[in-house]
Amino acid sequence: MSKNKTISAHRISSDRIDQLHEISGVNVYACYQCGNCSAACPAVEFMDPTPHQVIRKIQLGFIDELTTSETPWICAACITCTVKCPRGVDIAKVMEGLRQIVLRSDFEHGHLCDIDEKMRKKLPQIALIGNFRKTIL
Amino acid sequence: MELSYYPGCTLKANAKNFETSALAILQHLDVTVKELEDWYCCGVCFSQTQDNLMQQIAPVRTLVKAKESNRRQLLALCTMCFNTLKRAIEFIKNDKEKRDTIHQFMDREDTKFYGDEVEVIDILTLIRQIGLDKLKAAIVKKAVDLKVASYYGCMLLRPQEIAIDSPDDPVIMEEIITHAGCENVYFPFRTECCGSYQIVSEPEIVRERARKIVGSAVKNGADLMVMLCPLCYYNLDEVQRDIQEEDATFQPLPVLYFTQLLALLMGLKPDLQDFRLHAIDPRPVLKRKGLL
Amino acid sequence: MKRVGVFVCHCGINIASTVDVSRVVEDLHDYPGIAYIQDYKYMCSDPGQNLLKEAIKSEKLDAVVIAACSPTLHENTFRLAVQTVGMNPYNCEIANIREQCSWVHKDRTVATEKAKRIIRAVVEKALLDESLEPIKVPVVRKAVVLGGGIAGIQAALNIANSDYEVILVEKQSSIGGRMAQLSETFPTLDCSQCILTPKMVDVAQHPKIRLLTYAELADVSGFVGNFKVKIRQKARYVDWDKCTGCGLCIEKCPQKVASEFDQGLGKRKAIFTPFAQAVPNKPVIDCDNCTYFKTGKCRVCEKLCPFEAINFVETDTYIEEEVGAIVVATGYDVYPVLNMGEYGSGKIPDVVDGLTFERLLSSSGPTGGEVRRPSDGKIPKEIVFIKCVGSRDPEHHFPYCSKICCMYTTKHAMLYKHRVPDGQPYIFYMDVRAGGKGYEEFYQRAQDEDKVLFLRGKVSKLYQDDDKVVVCGIDTLSGSNVEIRADLVVLAMAIRPSKGIEELAKLLKISIDQNGFLTEAHPKLRPVESLSAGIYLAGCAQAPKDIPDTVAQATATAAMVANLFAKEYLLHDPIITGVDEELCSGCGLCVAVCPYDARKTNREKGLVEVNEVLCEACGACAAACPSGAAQQRNFTDEQLNRMVRAILTT
Repeated sequence: MSKNKTISAHRISSDRIDQLHEISGVNVYACYQCGNCSAACPAVEFMDPTPHQVIRKIQLGFIDELTTSETPWICAACITCTVKCPRGVDIAKVMEGLRQIVLRSDFEHGHLCDIDEKMRKKLPQIALIGNFRKTIL
Repeated sequence: MELSYYPGCTLKANAKNFETSALAILQHLDVTVKELEDWYCCGVCFSQTQDNLMQQIAPVRTLVKAKESNRRQLLALCTMCFNTLKRAIEFIKNDKEKRDTIHQFMDREDTKFYGDEVEVIDILTLIRQIGLDKLKAAIVKKAVDLKVASYYGCMLLRPQEIAIDSPDDPVIMEEIITHAGCENVYFPFRTECCGSYQIVSEPEIVRERARKIVGSAVKNGADLMVMLCPLCYYNLDEVQRDIQEEDATFQPLPVLYFTQLLALLMGLKPDLQDFRLHAIDPRPVLKRKGLL
Repeated sequence: MKRVGVFVCHCGINIASTVDVSRVVEDLHDYPGIAYIQDYKYMCSDPGQNLLKEAIKSEKLDAVVIAACSPTLHENTFRLAVQTVGMNPYNCEIANIREQCSWVHKDRTVATEKAKRIIRAVVEKALLDESLEPIKVPVVRKAVVLGGGIAGIQAALNIANSDYEVILVEKQSSIGGRMAQLSETFPTLDCSQCILTPKMVDVAQHPKIRLLTYAELADVSGFVGNFKVKIRQKARYVDWDKCTGCGLCIEKCPQKVASEFDQGLGKRKAIFTPFAQAVPNKPVIDCDNCTYFKTGKCRVCEKLCPFEAINFVETDTYIEEEVGAIVVATGYDVYPVLNMGEYGSGKIPDVVDGLTFERLLSSSGPTGGEVRRPSDGKIPKEIVFIKCVGSRDPEHHFPYCSKICCMYTTKHAMLYKHRVPDGQPYIFYMDVRAGGKGYEEFYQRAQDEDKVLFLRGKVSKLYQDDDKVVVCGIDTLSGSNVEIRADLVVLAMAIRPSKGIEELAKLLKISIDQNGFLTEAHPKLRPVESLSAGIYLAGCAQAPKDIPDTVAQATATAAMVANLFAKEYLLHDPIITGVDEELCSGCGLCVAVCPYDARKTNREKGLVEVNEVLCEACGACAAACPSGAAQQRNFTDEQLNRMVRAILTT
């Protein structure tokens, strides 16, 4: 992870931000950091950084911190953040964008064969497919 | 009234109680549903990316089938299917360029889908359309002081453009419950996420969610909780067992599909439902309240 | 042919860097119709104007064209200048070669060519310009002020103190408005009613003010200086000429209703005055809630009134007045909590809006100034204030900042702390906007002296849990989600223009902006005028603002009114669209398209007639007229044709 905290014109306009924008289609610059996404997020206690911090770090160009963090994988795309946002920032799509950046260089996050056989039989199909859709390119 | 019906994978496998009870109450309300022929998985999660159209193909294929059925309305019982299909319609309607790309890709289909031809409908909205008075008239059993916690989850309410009711303060389930002669329990977590598919890779998140959601309903005096999503159902029913194992003081709460409760209230044969499939056995409370 | 002089301005390098000015002068020198042409570095400067005046005299010019910046800037300057040497100002024209040429082009050759064509076109216009005299209109020196809150009170008093008559119209039975409901005011914490009521009394006693309460504007016609207004006096069912305000009827009335003035916290009677210091202090009967009106029985007030003032058969009456100016000061409403699903949709009794909390703090309020929560009357020990509720939320509610909430919420927390010293106030905020005299200091005092805990972030939801309200929010400064079990929650709801503003705006033909507030003529330079002449705006009807700003704006409207009334006649721009009676067939097409009601069909004469004062010279009628009878002065069809030809000719 980059520990370099220098902010520069180069960093805050990096290709990685463009890439994220291309995948997600979200304009993160509308965010004014009210924090409502984090306040409402049902999984926030498992996240570091939290959703509003994710958006801020993108604005600052600290994308590496996000692609190496667990936050996007904790997100279950419940879309609460998106409906809460007063500025129309689709945070759920940003989370997906971050996951895609990782997956597009690494194909898989987590291992399907790790799922317990007994569990796999019991789980509803939508749980399994939903999970695959998130963790495999 | 006749409409197409899209069951989705889970209703044919792990959520049989949902399908049988839903189809039974609709029949009882004179609604004919015709299952789509040769349907596909909807893809479960609507694609959140802008640049990957492959993931849109699955729901669009299903919508093509629905269009070919020549019935305008398509009932999706599973809320995840509902969400994915309805968002796919919005997507196809609003992005002409990407729609064209998808059309070009789907060259084996004879029918092209433009978005306006099919309306995806959930069962709550459908019941409203059938008429709450008609529903009321179909209720034959009087539940004894039954306090019901209606759990919405995410997929019927978010995002805003496909929401069937206010994402913050919905009323539709409570309205139907009132007309069915039961008492509503408002609990603050009724629209909060259950943890969804994180049950696969991060089950502790789901346990935490289930503890909060169920705990809040219990605290507000609920006798049972009803819902419409097979995944929420699993996370809030099955997971209660895990919580009980960890925490002996945890007070469990029976969980039913919304349609199971309506079927009982309509006096439909109870053996239509398999109560053995429930992790938290609802039979004691159903007996106590005069529904079994 | 008229002798037209052309003066080309360099505007420093603003024009000259893109337009080759000497080339323009050289090439236009022999243009037919130009008798004289010259360039100068700054035409608007004193030497530039002198040069213009000298040339008019020495060259015996009949008209001049100044090729310079936009006419919105210096047309007036040059027209005044030519007048001093005896030229009719309407013979002075501006050719805009800056905003419409040099500023928008880079290529010098192209810009120079375009500048020449613009000048040629305006020269063609100047050749046919007529000398015109402003239209004189008499002024009715009486104003009507709509709304009796602090804005309307201030405007009315100031106009009246200039010795002009004022009619103050208020829809409630008493003046006072929102300010009368407030407890204490920031940043000085002086009692709101104590500073307001003397002004209310002044209004009542002022010989130049006619106070019409329980009344509203029903219709308006006319134009600046000459409006006709029709005011509906709602039936009060009490003859105020007989009533002495003894209050016996109120005391004995058996019907209790939730008090609007106390935001529903306290009760009032069906015959009532809204509050103790009401002006006029005379009651009205609320016929929707009066037992007699509902059941046909009761009439207790009628029996008891020693002056026989009760009159159950009273009906609405109408008052017609002529006025020269209108001040709109209709104030604001608070966006209802009902709209906030995440904050309980108004169903949680201990979640209230800021105005309700004012009543809980007010010594004249339902709790006598003790902070007691609505559900059980307990004194809240932990209290949460949430700012920006509905404001700054373009996605769900309103995009704008309601402006007053930062300060009044800080004040609420501070006053609460003074009343409940062992209590803890929390404020959720996104930004603190404390721009104003003494405001920042006030905010700092709340933090360091009164220990108000400011939490930076939104509250995502709140809910009732036992007898507490659980507030789920975030403090983004620490990055922590926080949960507070509060006894009372106060929401700083968005400010909305008061109900009925749209109908009123339609009636007055003034515009409202995208957020529903009345639109000022210019956001900086004409902030108290509407776009319709003679109609002025004060207070929160125009935009959310606090008391000092409201008073300043109201005072400004009074200055505008006094300014208008100081003249015997108003001068109306003579550039209007008339009717050539020879050509007019009375078809009425122009009447239908006129947005200002300036044109009327005279059926007897078979002609259209124009009210020159109402005409704003938009030209819609001239475009619609099939026969060419509607010609705009100095913008005739012939002038426009020649201008177009001059532009198109290379």
